[in-house]
Amino acid sequence: MAVLGDTPIAAPVRRVSLIARYGASPAQIIAVVAVAVFLLAFLVVPILRVILVAFTGADGYFSLVNFGDFFASPLLRESFRNSVYVAVMTVALASLIAVPLATLISRYRFRGAALIHTLGVIPLVMPPFVGAVAMQLIYGRNGAINLLLLDWLGIRVPFMEGLNGVIFVEALHYFPFILVNLSASLNNIDSAMEESAQNLGAHGFTLFSRIVFPLALPGYVAGAALVFVKVFDDLATPLLLNVSNMLAPQAYLKITSVGITDPMGYVISVIIITCSVGGLTLASLSLRGRDYATQQRGGGGLSQRQLGRLGTAVAVVFMVIALALVLSPHIGIFLLSIGTMWSYAVLPDDFTIGHYVTVWQEAGPLIGNTVLYCGLAGMIDVVVGTIVAYVLLRTRLPGRQFLEQVAMSAVAVPGLVLGIGLLRTYYDVTLPFTDQPLATFWVMLVIAYSVRRLPYALAAAKAALQQLHVSLEEAAESLGAGKFTTLGRIVVPLMVGGLFAGFVMSFATAAVELSATLLLVARSADAPLAYGIYIYMQSAAGRGPGAALGVIAVVVVAIATFMSYRLAEHERGLMSRERFL
Amino acid sequence: MSPGVTIEHVSFAYGATPVLDDVNVEIAAGEFFAFLGPSGSGKSTLLRLIAGFGTPSVGRILIGNRDVTEVPPWNRNVGMVFQNYALWPHMSVAKNVAFGLERRKLSKAEIEHKIRAVLDLVGLSEFAGRRPAQLSGGQQQRVALARTIVIEPEILLLDEPLSNLDAKLRVEVRSELKDLQQKLGITTIYVTHDQEDANAIADRIAVLDQGCIQQVGVPIDLYDHPANRFVATFLGTANLIEGNLEPVGRFVADGLILDGIGGVPGPACIAIRPQDVAIEPVTDGIEAIVRKREFLGSITRYRVQVGKHLLVVDATHHRDREAFLVGASVRIKIDPRQAAVLR
Repeated sequence: MAVLGDTPIAAPVRRVSLIARYGASPAQIIAVVAVAVFLLAFLVVPILRVILVAFTGADGYFSLVNFGDFFASPLLRESFRNSVYVAVMTVALASLIAVPLATLISRYRFRGAALIHTLGVIPLVMPPFVGAVAMQLIYGRNGAINLLLLDWLGIRVPFMEGLNGVIFVEALHYFPFILVNLSASLNNIDSAMEESAQNLGAHGFTLFSRIVFPLALPGYVAGAALVFVKVFDDLATPLLLNVSNMLAPQAYLKITSVGITDPMGYVISVIIITCSVGGLTLASLSLRGRDYATQQRGGGGLSQRQLGRLGTAVAVVFMVIALALVLSPHIGIFLLSIGTMWSYAVLPDDFTIGHYVTVWQEAGPLIGNTVLYCGLAGMIDVVVGTIVAYVLLRTRLPGRQFLEQVAMSAVAVPGLVLGIGLLRTYYDVTLPFTDQPLATFWVMLVIAYSVRRLPYALAAAKAALQQLHVSLEEAAESLGAGKFTTLGRIVVPLMVGGLFAGFVMSFATAAVELSATLLLVARSADAPLAYGIYIYMQSAAGRGPGAALGVIAVVVVAIATFMSYRLAEHERGLMSRERFL
Repeated sequence: MSPGVTIEHVSFAYGATPVLDDVNVEIAAGEFFAFLGPSGSGKSTLLRLIAGFGTPSVGRILIGNRDVTEVPPWNRNVGMVFQNYALWPHMSVAKNVAFGLERRKLSKAEIEHKIRAVLDLVGLSEFAGRRPAQLSGGQQQRVALARTIVIEPEILLLDEPLSNLDAKLRVEVRSELKDLQQKLGITTIYVTHDQEDANAIADRIAVLDQGCIQQVGVPIDLYDHPANRFVATFLGTANLIEGNLEPVGRFVADGLILDGIGGVPGPACIAIRPQDVAIEPVTDGIEAIVRKREFLGSITRYRVQVGKHLLVVDATHHRDREAFLVGASVRIKIDPRQAAVLR
């Protein structure tokens, strides 16, 4: 209301521009709509489609009959139990490795802390299914360890029998999720929290269990929930270990053998989603009502102390065992790739570079495809992530929180389910001028990867944007730059370090994705590296070449990750130098 | 009765950085004692050593007659209130308070009784079930205090307990702290960088700078008889004038002469408080020129130039009193009895 002097006059009807109302320019709104359409088409609709099919009876109406069928089948009931059992046991085993390691690095000062940090990254650069084969050769019934045990003690330990093998492989692969999240949480605890407890008479285990661990619980729960979800989703590891009585393999087998019209694959998908979402919800519920936001900073992290002689000895033994376990898939795969024959023996009989020669011809296109798909997916993620983060943090557009939640929900969507959904939704849509279904066009792989990895890039973009003070943008706007120019000239260049990190995360994890890949690859010419490895690994004769490809995959992912980091660091270095000159 | 604390020749270093250098303090039983110093003076480190967070590289710490230098924090029975309170966010107020009692293996009934009593004492009985995050800063501070005193420690350590409170609240809490300490009769050591807090609350103060104790004494003594330049300027404002003390009790410094100053002849420094310099319309004083003027309410603070010296002079303000203008020639008078000769 405008009041001039003493006479109130009616305020003129003001036409409120989009910028005034929502803090966003028309171009930005178009970008947001494009993102929304992308998410709708390739995340929401496919998932809804899966759910819809699962709840549709033979007559085409809503029905629970498919779920009845599911629970009537002894095999599927067993698969369900097995999946839950494997997921829970994997979390337990991964915790046994990760919790002591995280505690060691964040609370004690000793040589080798850097080693543990490295331990946390090593497993992630190799897909779990690649390691699975090597693990069989090392820990299997006739593997290296059991042969030695049989020789020395006359016993065999069933490390890799049935579900044990899946649990073992998954725990070794996924424990870093708990390690990284828990140690971040531990490092965030103000040292005064611990000191005040000591001051009141607590020490040792009481101090850890009553004060330190409860305060670090959010990190632990976040890591454990991720492990739970990942294990539920992993398709290739059980398949390669010949375990088919779990949910993911069952869904895959139904879709690929019976066909995409068989409702059971969809029912299993819905159950997998329910378990994923249930796991994540349970995790967040377990933390509700606990307020951790008051952790005051400034006091620095927990005080690190020197380990005693006995403590050092125990820690060293534990670390050596953990290191041996974590590295065993890598060592195994390397040995396999250069060994001529390896069975019923502790080590391969002889060594050769023949496998590398064999795969050399094929490796080129496979690597090319992986770099192309994952590179594109990473770029899509960075663009979409930036737009969503910007809309969320810098505009007042209605529904922006919802948009973010939809994008983040991809975390809980298993690759297998997304693959099935995309297949079902776009199988009937053919590409123009050809008969090829859109669902099996290679671009669909890029889309599947980008949707699945979007949460990583979005989280990175949000973090980068939050650190960027809004006054930097306001300065540009006051100098005459529009919203779009400001975004392109100021915001994105300043976010580049964080965006690179998001890109690398998307790229590296997409490169080892197999669940969706298995469903969506139609021609071997379109296959990425992970698919190639899987095909080789299925036959005994192909293990050597498969392992060679595996080594190549690890090297490619490692090099790409390293180079991106160097590039990002370089960029950041330039910026900080300019700022201080 | 709460015992005293003896700090004997204590030195401490973080790596190669020396933090405390040969500190000696004797704190009497039941005394309210303050460590006062700027940040980086080592006062918090000294407090932490008393609590057991760190061991002095040289020297001993005694509580009563017990040498606690090597005793871990959980066996000291010394209560410490942390600067940021360090309340555990995952426990309710009652659980926070119960924690230390549980470590002391008290019965459940006893614990509950003590929690109620101590929360009554700090006036937070209704808040027992709340989480720390649901309390205001002042309330959190009381919980931290309750959590510490409920274990009936032999010594109470307070690390800048008022620094997170706003100005009005801190004056209130300060006097409550003092009352409580007297009620409990507990030996209390208080760390602060705020001289007003220390003066108001402490029986005695140890002034620290650069890891060394500069002076120990009751607040008024420290103010009136500072041992050195640091103490003179850290407690209140002082004009420090470097000059020469001649045998007849005449102090000479670049265009400024003062008679009637006692002390050993030779180079000397004297400290004069701003309120001890008169700038009333006097005719027989020392000639000076007003260079700056600040009206602070109860006083007007001038900076006047005498020879090469720029002196701070406070004049009490009364209604409609005219102030001297910047640039005005005035005369000032210094009472030699108010001048402290520093080492």
